[in-house]
This record gives sequence, C-alpha cells and structure tokens, in this order.
Amino acid sequence: MTDVTTTAPADEPELDDEGQERPAPFWQRLVAGSSTWIGLILLGLIIVFSLLDPSAFVDTANARNIATDAAVLLVLATGMTYVIITAGIDLSVGGVLVFSGVVSAKGMHAAGGDNWGVIFLGLAVALAGGLAWGLINGFLVAKAKIPAFVVTLGTLGASLGAALVITGGVDEREVPFKLITTIGTGRAINNQIPWLVLIAFAVAIVFGIILAATRFGRYTYAVGSNEEAARRAGVPVDRHLIKVYALAGTLAGLAGFLSLARFSTTTIGGHDTDNLQAIAAVVIGGTSLFGGIGTMLGTVFGVFIPAVLQNGFVIVGVNPFWQNIAVGAVLIGAVYLDQLRRRSQYQR
Amino acid sequence: MPEPLLEAKEIVKSFGRVRALRGASFSVYPKEVVALVGDNGAGKSTLVKTLAGVHQPDSGQILFEGQPVDLHTPLDARRLGIETVYQDLALAAELDAGANMFLGREVMRPGLLGRLGFIDKQAMRSQSRDAFKNLGVALQDTAAPVATMSGGQRQGIAVSRAVTWASKVVFMDEPTAALGVVQTRNVLDLIARVRDQGLAVVLISHNMPEVFEVADRIEVLRLGTRVARFRRGEVTMEDVVGAMTGAITHDGEAA
Repeated sequence: MTDVTTTAPADEPELDDEGQERPAPFWQRLVAGSSTWIGLILLGLIIVFSLLDPSAFVDTANARNIATDAAVLLVLATGMTYVIITAGIDLSVGGVLVFSGVVSAKGMHAAGGDNWGVIFLGLAVALAGGLAWGLINGFLVAKAKIPAFVVTLGTLGASLGAALVITGGVDEREVPFKLITTIGTGRAINNQIPWLVLIAFAVAIVFGIILAATRFGRYTYAVGSNEEAARRAGVPVDRHLIKVYALAGTLAGLAGFLSLARFSTTTIGGHDTDNLQAIAAVVIGGTSLFGGIGTMLGTVFGVFIPAVLQNGFVIVGVNPFWQNIAVGAVLIGAVYLDQLRRRSQYQR
Repeated sequence: MPEPLLEAKEIVKSFGRVRALRGASFSVYPKEVVALVGDNGAGKSTLVKTLAGVHQPDSGQILFEGQPVDLHTPLDARRLGIETVYQDLALAAELDAGANMFLGREVMRPGLLGRLGFIDKQAMRSQSRDAFKNLGVALQDTAAPVATMSGGQRQGIAVSRAVTWASKVVFMDEPTAALGVVQTRNVLDLIARVRDQGLAVVLISHNMPEVFEVADRIEVLRLGTRVARFRRGEVTMEDVVGAMTGAITHDGEAA
C-alpha cells in the first residue's frame, strides 16, 4: 500500500470506520420535524396567555372549554390530514357534517325514544351518510379523475342542498335528551373530561397510529408523494384514494353526530367555514398541500392554535375578531416555513 | 439459441395520433444482457413500459417462456419476475430509501399487529440497508427522505429495488443517464453481476461504448419497429449507429 491520501468524491456520503451509515441523531430529527415547531408555537401561546391572565386562563374549566370547542374540528381535521397527505383536498366536510347531522336527527326522531338504541341508530345513520358522500368524492377523484377541488366543491353544495331539502331549511331540534346529557355535555373519568373531547382525541390517536405505522398510512404518503411511482410499485392507488375520501366523509359524519349531541340541533347555517378551518389546522400542523408530508400530531397542534388564540383573546380582553387575523397570519407563516424547509432540504 | 424468456411480437401502441410502436418485436433470452438501442423517439421507453405492464398494447403479442401473457398492470409483470428501473426512477421522494425499496411489498409485523396492517419498519430498513451494502450503494441515512439524496444515490435505490425483487428480467431504462463516472462504473459492474446471477438484463441506452461493454446482444429500434439484431463481437459501432439512423436495415431471424 502506498501512502496516497484520497478524498471521497463530493457525491459519496461519509462513512464511519465500519463503513456503516450514520443515522441522524434523535435531536436532529426532532428539530427537523415540522410538528415540533408548531408544538413550540402552541406552547408559547399557552405560556403568554397564562402570564397575561393566570387566574382565568390557567384553569381546568377553561382548558375544558378550549378542548370542547376544538373537538368537532379535530375530528374533521383528522380525516382532512389523510386527504391532504394524498395531495388532495376535501372542501365538502362542512356540508357533509350538516347532512349527516340532519339525517341522523331525522332518523332518531322517526325511531322515537330516548335510549342508547336510538342513539346508536343515529350514530350509524350519521356515519353512513358521511361514508356515502365520501365514496362519491373518492370515486369522482380516483376514477373520473376530476380534480378534488372541483369534486368536493360540488359535493359541498350538493350535501348542504340535500340537508336543506330534507329539512325544508328548518333546523331539526328533536334530539334524544340522553344523547345531549351524555356525549353532548357529559363528562367521563371522575366527571373531568368531556365525552366530546375524549371521543375526538380517541379518533385522532387511532387514526394517527394508523397513519404512522400501518400499510394504509404508508400508501397514503406514497400516493401523495408520487402517484405514478406508487401505481407502478403495485399500490392500488385508485382504491386507496377512494378509501381516504371515504374515511374523511365518515369522520365528517361522526363530526355531524357530535355537533348534534353538543348543540342539540342540526345547526344547518353554522358550518360554512368548517372546511377552511379544518384545512387551516392541517396545514398549520405542517402537512404539505403538495402531498406526501404530514403528521397527526401536527394536526392536533394545528387545531389547538386557533382555539387557544380565540380563547386567550377573549380572556385578555382583545376583540376576538382579531383571532381570524392572527390565525390567518399563523397559517401563512406555517406554509412559508414549510417552503423554506423544503427548499433548504431538497436543494441538491 | 434457447427459447426466448420474454418476447414481444408485432407490438402496436398509439397515443392519440402518435404511433409510438408500429409492430415492434423484441426478445430477451435467459441470462443475457441485451441492449435495446435507438434514436430519440424510436419507441424504446414505450416498448419497455409495455413489457412492464404500464401500457397495454393496441395489438401484438407478449410471450413469457413461450406462453402468451396479458400484462394489464405492473403487478402482472412483477408476478412473472420482471422488474423495471424507469427513466424517471419512479421513487416516492418524501419516503425514505427503505420505504421505496419495499413500496407495494411491505413487510408486515409478525402476529396480530401484522394482520391489523402494521408494517415492520425496522425489518424493512435493515433489509434494504443490507441490499444497498451488497450492491455498493452508499447512503448516509436510510431513514432520510429520498428527496434529500443526490441523483446517483436515487439511481442506486431504484436499481437496487429492481434487482432485489426481480427473478427473471430486469429492465433498465437509461440507468446511467444521471450518473457520474464512478457511479456509471458501479451500475455497469452491477449489470454484469446481475446477469451472472442468472437474470436477464435489458439495458436501454444511448451510450454506445457502454452498450458495447456490457451487452451480449443488441437490438435496434427505429421509428417504432425493430430494424436490426446483433451479437456483440459480430458488429461495429458504425453498424449499430447506421441501423439506428436508418442507413442499414438488418432484421433477420439469423441475427
């Protein structure tokens, strides 16, 4: 051997002594993870409001309020996370929520009674209603190849219209009392945690795990990252897209049922901006509108940032309309950060 | 000559008004490297995608081990042991190298979790790490998204994936187009090694010195049809280029 020093070509990664690759250390991944930053922003907001008004903001009742307000949105945003990771969009969730609430209330009303049997019937009807709209969205996006934006804009109008046709434009107020007092306003675990919050978090956790650890989740990322590559690798892309939109629809149905339980009425006129709120939450949470990137943890943070802002502004006496402006700024800032991150990471 | 492993007969394929393949034939024999050459627009990539199940031919026949087969999807081709390195690599940029390696063939967790759809990321990562090591693909971090990697590394991942899963034929569409000198060398060595392991390799390339270095046979495509077939050693580069450009036609069964 001669003692000639060689330098590795720029393209070759450095190897350590055993020629083994070195995975990035945990802290580096933590810093690189988008949900970490969003989580820190949420934490910062909580600290700021806590310092501004410790007595009112730092309070179990207040935390409960924030979480209850966010619960229905969290269920919508869970489904939306899947859709956006596939590089799609679902504008129809607000309409599907209202439709499902209406058919569920009508169903329970028709069945009559005030017991768990009727409540489960109502739940089944709400889920089925959401699933039906989700399947329509999925088929039109995956099979007819119509852009998701157009399909779901259409079904947003159609589902709201259908709800209006069914009700004649008058909210259905006959909701089983038992549903309102349990799921709607009741609390579990030593009367501490509202059922709504428990259900919403259970949904987010279950579907977060599915997204992160199962083949269904892996295909969701793959389809959003490179649809053609996924197809060539044998991923059933069309079927998967249909499933994802069906999931988003079904969760919108569940959200409709929860909303019904909470407000004891169908609130037909109250969900015009649900879709935008859900999309904003998902995007603030670090999910990329271009597909392939996103986490459920980020979405949870993204749901709570607007909720905490709204609540905090009320408590510290800022006009709550400022919340819309603040959320808008956070949304744009989050996407800008995402762009910066991608640009620096992908520049090779 | 033995029976061809994979054979395309008189394949016609049009995209709208463009007739990409006009009765193209092509054959691959077991344990050989055959180069598919032709000028831009000759129909090489279309022919490869047809044989990989991405495109369906308008007419013509595909024979695998002498039997007619219909390749409706890439899965059909894969079931026959045919893998493809596409020109665009067909990698999911946001997924890591291991995830791309196992895309569509995920390793499931053992037991109940696996039946519930949970995937074994550790197993996939370590298996792909072994595969990359064996094939000389150097990656800093198999858990990093493919988007953060260089062109050579991406090429390495795509080639490793195809070679790992193929049991009969590997198509490589311009596998060295994006590579530097050292990596090109690696891919060419790899092609020879894959052939020596008993697979057939179809190399699509523009690069004549490369073709002459590794190919056992050369088939020339021009304007959507096969115009010539050569064996290495029986032909000069001028002949091949002549066939590509239309100066010579030479498609005989004798070739």
